[in-house]
Amino acid sequence: MVSPAHFIALSVILFVIGAVGVLVRRNAIVVFMSVELMLNAANLAFVTFARMHGALDGQIIAFFVMVVAAAEVVVGLAILTAIFRARRSASVDDANLMKY
Amino acid sequence: MNHSIVLAGPAAETTRLVAYWILAIASVAAALGMVLARKAVHCAVLLAVVMLSLAVFYAMLGAPFLAFVQIIVYTGAVLMLFLFVLMIVGISAADSMIETIRGQRMWAALSAIAMLVLLSLVIGHAVIGSAAPASAKFGNANVTALASLIFTRYLYPFEIISALLIIAAVGAMVLAHRERLTPKPTQRELAEQRIATGHPAPLPGPGTYAQHNAADMPALLPDGSQSQLSVSAVLTFRAAESPPELPGGTPEAGTAGPVAPSSTDSHETGEQ
Repeated sequence: MVSPAHFIALSVILFVIGAVGVLVRRNAIVVFMSVELMLNAANLAFVTFARMHGALDGQIIAFFVMVVAAAEVVVGLAILTAIFRARRSASVDDANLMKY
Repeated sequence: MNHSIVLAGPAAETTRLVAYWILAIASVAAALGMVLARKAVHCAVLLAVVMLSLAVFYAMLGAPFLAFVQIIVYTGAVLMLFLFVLMIVGISAADSMIETIRGQRMWAALSAIAMLVLLSLVIGHAVIGSAAPASAKFGNANVTALASLIFTRYLYPFEIISALLIIAAVGAMVLAHRERLTPKPTQRELAEQRIATGHPAPLPGPGTYAQHNAADMPALLPDGSQSQLSVSAVLTFRAAESPPELPGGTPEAGTAGPVAPSSTDSHETGEQ
C-alpha cells in the first residue's frame, strides 16, 4: 500500500537534494535547475496533501506554483543571457561587481 | 456512471507499490546525478527524468490534469528553454571543481544533513493519515472540478497570475533586447572593411585536405601548414573557455596546433 507518507518522504529527499545543488553548484543555469527541483518537490507535497484530505485546493496551489516557476525561469534565463553577453561567463562567482 | 479511473483490488495495489519504488529510486538517483554531473547538459537531461517521474506520481495521486501540465509545461517548455540557453552559453560549459569559498562543500553537506534531519523529525511527528476515499474529483472529473474551483474561489489569484505571466514575458523581452549603439554599417562600409583586412575573397572552408572535414578541423595549406582562417572564431573561443578533458591519448603530435585539442573536445560533446 502506497501511503501519502511515502510521497512526503520522497518530496523531502528531493527538496534537500535541490537545496544542496543551490549551495554547491556555481553554474547559474544548474543553480536554476536545482531551484526547479525544489519547487517540484514542494508541488509533490501539495498534491499528496490534496489526495490525503480529499480536497482539490492543494492541486490548484501546485498549478499556481508551476505558473510562477515558468515565469521565474523566463525572467531568470533572460537575466542570465544578458549577463553572459556582458561578461562571457555563466558562473555565479564572476558576477561580483556589486561586492563591497 | 462509475468514474473508476483509479484501479482497485490487491493486484492494482501491488502495481502501484512497484511503480512507486522504481520511480522513487530513479528520481532520487537522477536528482543526485543532476547535482553531481559536471556538464550542464547532463544536468538538464537528468532533471527531465525527475520531472517525468513526478508526472507519474501526480497521476498516481489522482491529479491527471497536473500530470499532463507537468509534462507539457515543465518537461516541454521549461526544460527546452534551459536547453536553448545552454546552447547560447556554450554546450561544453562545465563547472570548475575548485572551491572559491573555503569549506563551502563541507558546510553545504552539513546544512543539508541538518535540513534532512529537521524535516524528517517534523514529518515523523506529524500524523500523516491515509488517503481519503477515492472520488470522481480525483479521477475522470478532475479537470471539471479544478476548473470550477479556479473560476470561483481562486478567481482573483488566477487573474493576478495572468498579469504575472504578461509581466514576465515583457520583462524577458526587455532584458534580452540589445540596443544598437552604433549606426548600422552600410554595404559600402562593409566592402571597405573587407578590402582593408587584406583577404577580400571568402575564407577557406574547414577540413580541406585535412584528416576529416569537421567544422573545427583547420584546412591544410599547400605547404602542409594549417590555415587558422578556416576555423570559426567562435569554436576557438569556446576551446579557450573550457579546456578539453582528454580521456586517454594525447592529440596527434603532427597536427598539434592551437586548434587541435578543440577538435577532440567537440567530438566528445558531439556524442551527447
